[in-house]
Amino acid sequence: MTDTNREMTKKEASVPEGVERTKPRRVFKPDVDITEQKDDTVLTADLPGVDDKSLDITLEKNVITIRGKVEPEIPAGYRLAYGEYEVGDYERAFTLSDEVDKDRIQATIKNGVLRLVLPKASAAKARKIAISAE
Amino acid sequence: MLWTDVDRLGYLDPWRILDRLNRASTGMLAPSTSEFPLVNVWMDGDRVLVTSELPGVEPKDVDISVAGKMVTLRGSRTSADVCKDECQHRHERWSGNFTRSFELPYLIDQNKVEAKFSKGVLQLMLPRAEADKPRKITIKAE
Repeated sequence: MTDTNREMTKKEASVPEGVERTKPRRVFKPDVDITEQKDDTVLTADLPGVDDKSLDITLEKNVITIRGKVEPEIPAGYRLAYGEYEVGDYERAFTLSDEVDKDRIQATIKNGVLRLVLPKASAAKARKIAISAE
Repeated sequence: MLWTDVDRLGYLDPWRILDRLNRASTGMLAPSTSEFPLVNVWMDGDRVLVTSELPGVEPKDVDISVAGKMVTLRGSRTSADVCKDECQHRHERWSGNFTRSFELPYLIDQNKVEAKFSKGVLQLMLPRAEADKPRKITIKAE
């Protein structure tokens, strides 16, 4: 699936009303793809500038939260001549259904892309029921 | 119109208006014309640093070409998880081939171009060609 003409912008992550962030840095909502396969659901998120050390994934009850810290890497002396994006942290949370086996969640990050594998609990796997003819 | 409706629309927010004015006047941050990948251009005298967010692109799949004043970034990004539409719950990430070209205000020294790629962020250093640098004229005091 390709979409060459889609407009790109970084979407800012939402904060609850009346709540402020402690850091003055901006926080963005990463773009994600979620695909469901036979045995697991795979969540892929774009987190440019984030590696395994600056990424934090927490699971609390049914909510999985992805937080990525990005340190701006611009050598001193440079000034911005043309800008299309801003550098900021990433944050996004998802509610998992009960069919996810929470003990076997796997996360890998490569080239700024997080791949989160959410395996299905064995009870949730579709069971094929054999029909016996009488 | 209820006052709460006006508030929700947000166009009466003075900070938002100021922010928009500031962006318009400086010509910076023009997300409405941007395409994948997003690019920032930084300048320091006779050097330009182009940074671009290319998450999920392998460094070997990025093709950078420099000719005269022009720099071109080419590459592609494909979705790793191949599946039919029914199994896709969300599809927000961009995929496909991309090409972005920029013209710098000077000739680029092709031998000194440096490219760095880490954590999905590309940093491209484009120094000005020695022959293109303006000649310094010393003033003699009489």
